[in-house]
Amino acid sequence: MKPFIYQRATSLQDAVAMLAARPDARVIAGGTNLLDLMKLQIEVPQHLVDLNNLGLDTIENIPGGGLRLGAMVRNTDLASNETVRRQYGVLTRAIVSGASGQIRNRATTAGNLMQRTRCPYFYGTAMACNKREPGSGCDARNGISANLAILGTSDACIATHPSDMAIAMRALDAEVRVLGAEGEYSIPIADFHRLPGDTPHIDTGLRSGEIITAVELPAPLGGTHVYRKVRERASYAFATVSVALVAQVDGANVAIERLAFGGLAAKPWRVEAAERRGSGTPEEIARDAAAIVLEGARPTERNRYKIDLAQRTLHAALIDAQEHSR
Amino acid sequence: MTRMDTQNVETRIVGRSINRLDGPQKVTGSATYAYERAKMRQTLVGVFATATIGKGEIRELNTSAAETMPGVRLVITHRNAPQQGELNPETPGFAVRARPILAGTRIDHFGQPIALVVADTFENARDAAHAVVATYTSMPGSFAYVEGNNVTEPELANAGFPAFTQHGDFDAGYAGAAVKIDQTYETPPHFSQPLEPHATLARWEGEMLHITTSHQTIRYIGVSLKAALDIEPENLTISAPFVGGGFGSKLAVHADMMGAAIAAMMVNEPVKVCMTRQQMFSLLGMRPWQRQRVRLGADTAGRLVAIGHEALIYSNSRDPFLEQTGTVTRSLYSGANRMTRHRATHLDLTNGEPVRGPGELPGLLAVESAMDELAEALNMDPVELRALNDTMMDPESGVPLTGRSLTECLRTGADRFGWSQRPTRPRSRQEGQWLIGMGMASAIRMHFQGATDVEVAITPERRVAVRSDLTDIGTGSYTILAQFAAEVLGVSVSDVDIFLAHSSLPAGGGSGGSWGASNTTAALHDACLSLVQQAGVPAGDNFISQTLAKYPKGLSATGRLPASSQVPDWSEKSRHTYGAHFVELAVHRLTGEIRVRRMLGAFSAGRIINPKTARSQLLGGMIWGLSAALREAAEIDPRYGNIVNGDLAEYLLPVHADVPDVEVVLVDKPDLDANPVGVKGVGELGACGASAAFVNALYNACGVRVRHFPIKLASIFSHFPERH
Ligand SMILES: Cc1cc2nc3c(=O)[nH]c(=O)nc-3n(C[C@H](O)[C@H](O)[C@H](O)COP(=O)(O)OP(=O)(O)OC[C@H]3O[C@@H](n4cnc5c(N)ncnc54)[C@H](O)[C@@H]3O)c2cc1C
Ligand code: SF4
Repeated sequence: MKPFIYQRATSLQDAVAMLAARPDARVIAGGTNLLDLMKLQIEVPQHLVDLNNLGLDTIENIPGGGLRLGAMVRNTDLASNETVRRQYGVLTRAIVSGASGQIRNRATTAGNLMQRTRCPYFYGTAMACNKREPGSGCDARNGISANLAILGTSDACIATHPSDMAIAMRALDAEVRVLGAEGEYSIPIADFHRLPGDTPHIDTGLRSGEIITAVELPAPLGGTHVYRKVRERASYAFATVSVALVAQVDGANVAIERLAFGGLAAKPWRVEAAERRGSGTPEEIARDAAAIVLEGARPTERNRYKIDLAQRTLHAALIDAQEHSR
Repeated sequence: MTRMDTQNVETRIVGRSINRLDGPQKVTGSATYAYERAKMRQTLVGVFATATIGKGEIRELNTSAAETMPGVRLVITHRNAPQQGELNPETPGFAVRARPILAGTRIDHFGQPIALVVADTFENARDAAHAVVATYTSMPGSFAYVEGNNVTEPELANAGFPAFTQHGDFDAGYAGAAVKIDQTYETPPHFSQPLEPHATLARWEGEMLHITTSHQTIRYIGVSLKAALDIEPENLTISAPFVGGGFGSKLAVHADMMGAAIAAMMVNEPVKVCMTRQQMFSLLGMRPWQRQRVRLGADTAGRLVAIGHEALIYSNSRDPFLEQTGTVTRSLYSGANRMTRHRATHLDLTNGEPVRGPGELPGLLAVESAMDELAEALNMDPVELRALNDTMMDPESGVPLTGRSLTECLRTGADRFGWSQRPTRPRSRQEGQWLIGMGMASAIRMHFQGATDVEVAITPERRVAVRSDLTDIGTGSYTILAQFAAEVLGVSVSDVDIFLAHSSLPAGGGSGGSWGASNTTAALHDACLSLVQQAGVPAGDNFISQTLAKYPKGLSATGRLPASSQVPDWSEKSRHTYGAHFVELAVHRLTGEIRVRRMLGAFSAGRIINPKTARSQLLGGMIWGLSAALREAAEIDPRYGNIVNGDLAEYLLPVHADVPDVEVVLVDKPDLDANPVGVKGVGELGACGASAAFVNALYNACGVRVRHFPIKLASIFSHFPERH
């Protein structure tokens, strides 16, 4: 870890000003991702601006429906919030499927969205990685790529985004509230995370000097909420494939209201065209939707299995939806 | 006095579950581990910079930036490191070889140390280690076995076992068998990954070197350091009072100890070195990759007529370690025609080393999977197949197997588990979306005996003091020795103080190979008998006071257990521990996710001194078995030789959610033919065979047989009948 200056922001304005004054400054929230990366010198900020204690840790109703989730709300508090549990169940389920209890107690809404990829070659600092070191190449593509992306990849990068929370937020059409020099504005979650293209080092649409203040959820959708995460171990592992699903269940038949996949791409993968295509058995609906969602998949030899697994996971999620609504 | 060298003794304390004596210290943080023995900021700290190629030469090593960074005192490289003894591949014991560091420009494996930065704080040392810049001349390396790689056939496997054995005529027996299984199993490299990282604090005082470290066996350190640093045993003190797990990785001297010793010499101040978790995937040895072929031939009734077990194992030619994968197959089942064989193939990786159940864990994973395949081919209950092939005589050496209780473990385990309820056909039980299956496997593990001295004394402070250089690597050594001494002397546990893990104490073989408890209690028993005899007063409540009445300055006695090589009729018996594993698991019918539901192991390991600590050992072993079957693998990039998943987020060990109800059943029977006090080991037995029970349960659940480990989702669901 490189020595750095640590400062506590006294207000949001103060935080933005500090970031504007120092291009090498970074925000620190729970620190569960940033500090790990600093120890390995994958991230080397010279200044850390701490956003704790700025009042960004509340969950509030938005007049006219919807919920505003403060940027610094801990993942544990977000997942256990009564309204979130009852009306945005897919979000609670996504969050509690991630990391561990201890990490979720520290991790924050904004930090979770901003966490960086878990591509092992991004962590292996002796390896070529365009995301870590633009232009150096990508050692993952022909390497151990079993858990990397199959959709939206580029020659430059095949990393996935690891957040579970973001997958549910994508299914819920959340908006990320951002504060910059020119004031506060919204970025739809669909546009927040970026596909790699030839600039994989840029993960999100957040510009330098900007901070996330909140994530806003629109009015509740109803329906049956499922988050189905598949991975090699039962807990404490990133998704191999995950499904955030809001379904309508009618006896033996199910219909997809909203659907987003995790573990497949550098952003939550949602293809709206695969939603609301009528109802049928879980198997029929899974086959139909998966064909649309997975179109254009570009797997490596080692992660080709994800194509099959994605459909299977959706199928399992639709059956879970039936079981939940019984 | 309670003599423990007889059957059916009534005991007061031995055989009771008492809590660990050092438990309160450990959970309150007052137990200080090696790295904590010197206060922060009072000791210099060393951090390694490591090689970023898999094979080649350092061309240039630039340390000038690192040297001028804040707090840096010294950067040690091959240019200024002192001359050290060479690593000698001919030294038979892997654990006592000299292991020089920073000894030249040659890079033998990815992550090899290239510099040690010594600074005032860990943070400064690590920061400066990042600033060491190396350029290399890379050479093509061999990082994964491919057909055509060089294969050798050494004479000996680890621990001195012959690498090749044959009895009867395997080829003819197999050819003539009515039912045959011929399968190949592949297991990946594993790393021990104890919770406490390897750490050493070193301090020189003139010619004297004082070492505080995290290690399993004090005695090996002296031999290895003599070879590497030419230091005489009398000039060395070593202490390791608390050790946070070892699993085989703390038997040999590693870079932390060499680095701390060299650095402390060069700066003439104490230095401590701790590996980071990531470095524990390259500065330590690994359980080697291996490919095993198992051939079983049986008659139509299920009697084995031919057993062939061959293993091709990665063993580094510069630092050989040929895992003894096939050795317990020699004593497991009867069968007239048999053959076991170990062959070596060199790779350019960190060396091989024992990792939790060396030999048995991968070996039984293969053989006990094959036994399940044979049971199916014969249409036999897997428990019955094993019981039918049980034997009281070692099938290779023809001598009696001591304490042989395989069938008893099989029957007890089957009964307690409810084996009779098992689905007899794959895919025949489903609950919701989950396919349910049960599987089982036998367990067997070698028993070892090494030279062990122990001292026991009555002190003027009215205490019983037990002294031994045995380590407690989290297993409960302190506790069971106190129980044992109290039992034999007739005093209570609270009268006893245990002094362990220091080079000034009577020497034994430490904790490793599951021999710590058996060796040390046997020597302790001898010491206690001698103490009672010398005291001339009866053991019992008043033993301490009556002894002190006669000997006010106290009295001490020593006891000894000879090494097996010194026991004249050692080879007249074949000594092992036994067990049987049972597993129930669920497999999701679409995704192939596995949820283990129940695990039960029934074990016979001689006299059980403390059922609570024994259970913890066995239970932990069973979980390591789960790990090897379903989770764990070091993934090596075949292009570069680096460990790709080298941290505990990506190197998947089982987490709590993976581990269900685990039940341990102890078949407690002193084995006086194996050890004078009837004690054998429990440390690794739980891991022996356990993995195969998961493989077999998986097959029983969903009809998919996997022979490439660990078992991944894709290797399950891709064989499912449902089409997508
Ligand atoms: C072992 C392990 C397992 C894990 N498993 C999972 C898992 O299964 N699923 C999953 O989803 N996650 C998992 N995580 C990741 C975890 O969710 C993230 O580490 C956490 O959400 C990050 O939040 P934080 O507040 O600690 O962020 P920090 O580490 O503080 O910051 C992360 C990044 O966000 C930026 N940032 C923080 N707040 C703001 C803001 N307000 N505006 C702009 N930028 C900001 C920081 O500058 C930094 O770049 C795991 C983590 C670990 C260590
Ligand atoms: S996939 Fe992306 S993150 Fe991984 S090595 Fe390639 S460029 Fe880096």
